[in-house]
Amino acid sequence: MFEQTAVATREMVLEKFPPIERIDKGPVAVVECYQKIPCNPCQTACPFGAIQIGADINEIPRRDEALCTGCGVCVAKCPGLSIMIVDGSKSAGTVEFRIPYEFLPLPQVGERVLGLDRAGQPICRALVKKVMNPPAFDRTPVVTLEVERKYLYDFRNFRREAEAHG
Amino acid sequence: MRELELLIIGSGPAGLCAAISAASSGAKVLILERSFQPGGQLIKQTHMFFGSERQYASHRGVDIADILLRRAAEFGDRIELMLNATAVGFYEDNVVTVLKDEKEYFKIKAKSIICATGAFEKSLAFPNNDLPGIYGAGAVQTLMNVYGVRPGNRVLMVGAGNIGVIVSYQLMQAGIQVAAVLDAAPRIGAYLVHASKLARMGVPILCSHTIKEAIGTDCLEAAVVCRVDQRFRPIPGTERRFDVDVMCVSVGLSPLNELLAMRGAAMRYVPQLSGTVPLRTVDCETSIPGIYVAGDASGIEEASSAMAEGYLAGLCAAAGLGHVPEDYGARRQEYLGQLEDLRSGPVGDRIRAGMKLSAL
Repeated sequence: MFEQTAVATREMVLEKFPPIERIDKGPVAVVECYQKIPCNPCQTACPFGAIQIGADINEIPRRDEALCTGCGVCVAKCPGLSIMIVDGSKSAGTVEFRIPYEFLPLPQVGERVLGLDRAGQPICRALVKKVMNPPAFDRTPVVTLEVERKYLYDFRNFRREAEAHG
Repeated sequence: MRELELLIIGSGPAGLCAAISAASSGAKVLILERSFQPGGQLIKQTHMFFGSERQYASHRGVDIADILLRRAAEFGDRIELMLNATAVGFYEDNVVTVLKDEKEYFKIKAKSIICATGAFEKSLAFPNNDLPGIYGAGAVQTLMNVYGVRPGNRVLMVGAGNIGVIVSYQLMQAGIQVAAVLDAAPRIGAYLVHASKLARMGVPILCSHTIKEAIGTDCLEAAVVCRVDQRFRPIPGTERRFDVDVMCVSVGLSPLNELLAMRGAAMRYVPQLSGTVPLRTVDCETSIPGIYVAGDASGIEEASSAMAEGYLAGLCAAAGLGHVPEDYGARRQEYLGQLEDLRSGPVGDRIRAGMKLSAL
């Protein structure tokens, strides 16, 4: 199905997430790269050696959750925008996501937006906590959003309320 | 008639890298570029590229054009770039005829020539495919990202290869709606990370679908699509109508290399490389000594491979002219290694099969 819709199945998604205990300890990268393509900037970007592809740049990246600090350098570097940071350490009821967002206008901190799943369907509300767009991110801004914990494995994107994409 | 050492036709990723590589070996290079600005298709690529850092991965294509042009400029008058100059003929005595600024017509003779002419967009036959509002996806990308022109309000993308999904994403970045992306193939041809970006914005990707007809009087008003079976035959009763004012046709590219055919280089139709291509050695030399090919002109691939091929062709063409740098062997192995890396995965299967058929 994934090859027809580009929407990853629940099983595929779960395989890319570290255990919940790790997520609750603090931020960690989730690398949603499912296909062997010749690409390795995530490995090159990671200052901690936490993402490994190896000598063959076609291999699928493996993220070591023990080495990953959730710094997020990889998020804006992935040409496929396939990486996000999840953090369950902030509260028992919510999780924070850091996701790349290449659209203007950027959301405002404190803004409530519509949370979308991997098929672009609205599933929840999300609160914008931070918007980062430094020169080092090279025009791929990264937005931090707070989402109810039960959407941990479903939330993947957001839409500002005034907009109607698609 | 002007006579020179090395002529490169095309200033896209392959041509620019070939020029940099040859000039760094000591060759004097003239690049012909038919457009008013250099960089080929790089100048409209606002997305980050794949590959490794050796092909500037995770840089945006438009920035890679700037990087390559700055590097080319470092060689001073060893690289000359002639804009608005179209190579229109290529003769057996290595004379290339050039039309400059659409008025001057003159001849250039070169000892060695690298053809880095790129590719053109394929089209699709369906009723009313000549209505205004129906474009090639690459043309829309040029309109938007080079000229800042909005092509319309709501788009149907025909073709789910890399260009189709990338241009769809860029249309949405420009605030234009994408109604759907469809493809006759049973699965998405694009890198799935690109396609997933569209999917999570709610754009439906419809595999096993084709365009049945376009509807409109003076311009495109709607499009009818339908499902196809495993043999690509339309399934009656599955028609769906999309009200759109723009349709982008993105059904692949064909190598643009008629100049080499005119010169008499041995050519072969290789479906895996998306068209008729020149036979070539591993060093990108055609059947005619001193005549090289690099990039999409030798078979459709990614810009990352075009750059590596350009470096290789430039190195080898310069060496053929007597400019053999001390590190020739190491550089050659480096470029061959890059190409092998880029082509070694599952998405490279088709390319590797094609390269076997076009090998000299």
